[in-house]
Amino acid sequence: MSASTVLIVLLGLTALAYAAGRQRAIAGAGSAPRRTYHSLPGYYGGYVALWCLLPTVCLLAIWLAVEPIVLKAAVIDALPPALQALPEAELGLLYNDVRNLVDGNVVFGQPDPAVVDAAERYASLRSVSRYLLAATVLVAGIASIAFAYRRVRPEMRARNQVEKAIELLLVAASLVAILTTVGIFLSVLFEALRFFQLVSPIEFLFGLSWSPQTAIREDQVGSSGAFGAIPLFTGTLLISGIAMLVAAPVGLMSAIYLSEYANPRLRNYAKPLLELLAGIPTVVYGYFAALWVGPTLRRFGETVGLDVASESALGAGLVMGIMIIPFVSSLSDDVINAVPQALRDGSYGLGATRSETIRQVVLPAALPGIVGAILLAVSRAIGETMIVVMAAGLAANLTANPLEAVTTVTVQIVTLLVGDQEFDSAKTLAAFALGLVLFLVTLLLNVVALKVVRRYREQYE
Amino acid sequence: MNDVSAPDPNGPEQSTRARVAEGLARRYRRERRFRLLGLAALLFGLGFLAVFFVTLIANGHSAFQQTRILLDVELDAATIDPEGRRDPIALETANYQGLIRDALVARFPAVTERRDLRELYALLSPAADLEVRKLVLDDPDVIGETHSLWLLADDDVDMLMKGYIDRDASEAGRRLSDQQIGWIDALVAEGRVDRKFNRYFFTSGDSRDPELAGIWSATVGSFFMLLVTLALSFPLGVATAVYLEEFAPRNRWTDLIEVNINNLAAVPSIVFGLLGLALFINLFGLPRSAPLVGGLVLTLMTLPVIIIASRAALTAVPPSIREAALGVGASKMQVVMHHVLPLALPGMLTGTIIGMARALGESAPLLMIGMVAFIVDVPDSPLDPSTALPVQIFLWADSPERAFVERTSAAILVLLAFLVLMNGAAILLRKRFERRY
Repeated sequence: MSASTVLIVLLGLTALAYAAGRQRAIAGAGSAPRRTYHSLPGYYGGYVALWCLLPTVCLLAIWLAVEPIVLKAAVIDALPPALQALPEAELGLLYNDVRNLVDGNVVFGQPDPAVVDAAERYASLRSVSRYLLAATVLVAGIASIAFAYRRVRPEMRARNQVEKAIELLLVAASLVAILTTVGIFLSVLFEALRFFQLVSPIEFLFGLSWSPQTAIREDQVGSSGAFGAIPLFTGTLLISGIAMLVAAPVGLMSAIYLSEYANPRLRNYAKPLLELLAGIPTVVYGYFAALWVGPTLRRFGETVGLDVASESALGAGLVMGIMIIPFVSSLSDDVINAVPQALRDGSYGLGATRSETIRQVVLPAALPGIVGAILLAVSRAIGETMIVVMAAGLAANLTANPLEAVTTVTVQIVTLLVGDQEFDSAKTLAAFALGLVLFLVTLLLNVVALKVVRRYREQYE
Repeated sequence: MNDVSAPDPNGPEQSTRARVAEGLARRYRRERRFRLLGLAALLFGLGFLAVFFVTLIANGHSAFQQTRILLDVELDAATIDPEGRRDPIALETANYQGLIRDALVARFPAVTERRDLRELYALLSPAADLEVRKLVLDDPDVIGETHSLWLLADDDVDMLMKGYIDRDASEAGRRLSDQQIGWIDALVAEGRVDRKFNRYFFTSGDSRDPELAGIWSATVGSFFMLLVTLALSFPLGVATAVYLEEFAPRNRWTDLIEVNINNLAAVPSIVFGLLGLALFINLFGLPRSAPLVGGLVLTLMTLPVIIIASRAALTAVPPSIREAALGVGASKMQVVMHHVLPLALPGMLTGTIIGMARALGESAPLLMIGMVAFIVDVPDSPLDPSTALPVQIFLWADSPERAFVERTSAAILVLLAFLVLMNGAAILLRKRFERRY
């Protein structure tokens, strides 16, 4: 009996509970002497159904969480002592073999008779556990239905109770957002702290050399691994800087043109088209950067006599800049539109031309909002992954030359974590330290940007 | 004005009016320049969009067809079924490769050298025999007959026919020898080479042979992932939005939740991948490469989008509706469930579809949780190892074969088609149900 069957049975039981509760209320109201129930019959049904569902689902979840731990302990306890003496990691592998054998997966080689025994034991224990689970859940469900059913009386305020329960569910749902943030922060923080036990934070934040390859054996050459993240930070800044050099002027000028000059028809078509750029998946931009922009730049460099790396920072930055244009333009567009018309009219009244008005009146008035928009775009650029993974380099060069290949924080996170990894090597944990830096920096940028934008909005409201 | 009466240093003939007129031309020039600059910026963005689509279509359209070679294959009974018992196992394991090779040699009897033969055999895809096998298994009665079959050509032949291999390059510099090109030309002259619809691209999984590689398993993986994401993020997102907008008191806690949601929307997607790796895979022990984990990670990413859109939809419902319902005696919950929520639902759905479209295009966090794998089989459930459409694009973009370039572009076109479809649905929904109060 699988857990999903239990769940389906439970849902059926819940439906039954609803019908029973509702029926009791209807029957009570219809019988002589007539009694007035506090709530509509449906609420009594819902009351009984909730009583049936909530405790049993909790029970089911707890059972399924505890079951594997108990099973593992029981199975390992019954193993021959020679196998029990194995180190933790090998024991884990053995246990995996046992489970694979039970689930009918392919097991490598001829299984050990002890493993086969353990597998049988595991299978029988699991089936006992599942039957026990089904029985417990069923009994608990029926018991709580009976309890709730007896409470269906005219004076019982079923609606208030059901509504309270629904509201609690809503509260629980909205806590998920907080839990996610806390979860991100804690999971990344813990792994990062483990990394900082191996490598000092000072070396990580201020070291100039990055080569995360650690040796498998002690005596290998160049085995130490270096975790100085400065080259990654400069590489990220270089590429984001190039991206912003493209996106900030183009985005801002497009926003100015769309909001101040363009006629409504052009605006209606051009604005969504421009925003389409933000809807294209980043992997597509990465493909474009790696396959067309990079080689084109290289060929162009050859004709001019410049040595351009085929994975140059310039190529990745240019394409990333194009990707962020809509972020800058649509946010600036909102901000420019929010500048009161009176300011413009005043400027025109003094004889200023349109461009003079824009440059000397509208833009200064909108400046905080535009700064906020650009900050948001910067945080987007720093966190962007696919474009740089596909179009930027892997080697950590400490350079400010945009024609050379540099690497970024996100590229390193991906290269460190793609493929098999163990959670105790500095190499894997370094990715989490980088992730922590990335998270904190983008968080800071966002908080500042949102504050700036909000304060600006209040100014004109 | 003071200016007029003041002594003019440039002489009496230069009046204020003349100075203004002189400056005016300059100022109008600047005005035009500024305006052109704005137009240029706009055209730059839109121009890139155009270049983008033109390049993709130009590169990708050819992948929807692939080259096949017409050969007369003798379905020799002695090779396929020597015992004549039509035993399914014997039929399945028979040497079909030999049959189509014989057919090739029958067409070019002059080729006898081992090395030349190997080059000749290389014209056909290593999986061309599978189609012959399927033909025989479907209808064993064809054994003993000779059939003209369109057999799948190798990807190098395909590239030559599509003009991507330079015939003028030196022999060592291209993937086909002069001899092979000669054979192909001979076949073309007889009309035995043609381009047919590329079935494999839509029905199979990844493959090392470009002519067999397809997007189906990645599409199914993406589908399972979106299913998990939708099932979790829509109810959670709507519930959160309803609570925050309709029930929550304004206090420090709800402010904290709001700030959190706004910031979550801007956290780089790769950080969600780190969370998925540390939490779902390392701590909870969920399987790697599974759409379930991918869906969970994407749920966390999509949730803020849905919450923000749903709150906007809820605020758009005018207070008069709430007041009217309260006035006839509905409880707070009844007001929300019976009146506000149904009116806000189209807006919520629009936001959900847009969030789903974003989730579909996302690939960075999936790399972290091991979905960047070589997956041939089509996954049957959200727990099977699988990959996703954007990740498949990423994998193909890294492959060196020329044939993968057009397949990558074609896969991008398919992905964009899905995105356009979803966004189109969202726009339609908004147009259909948009209501101005």
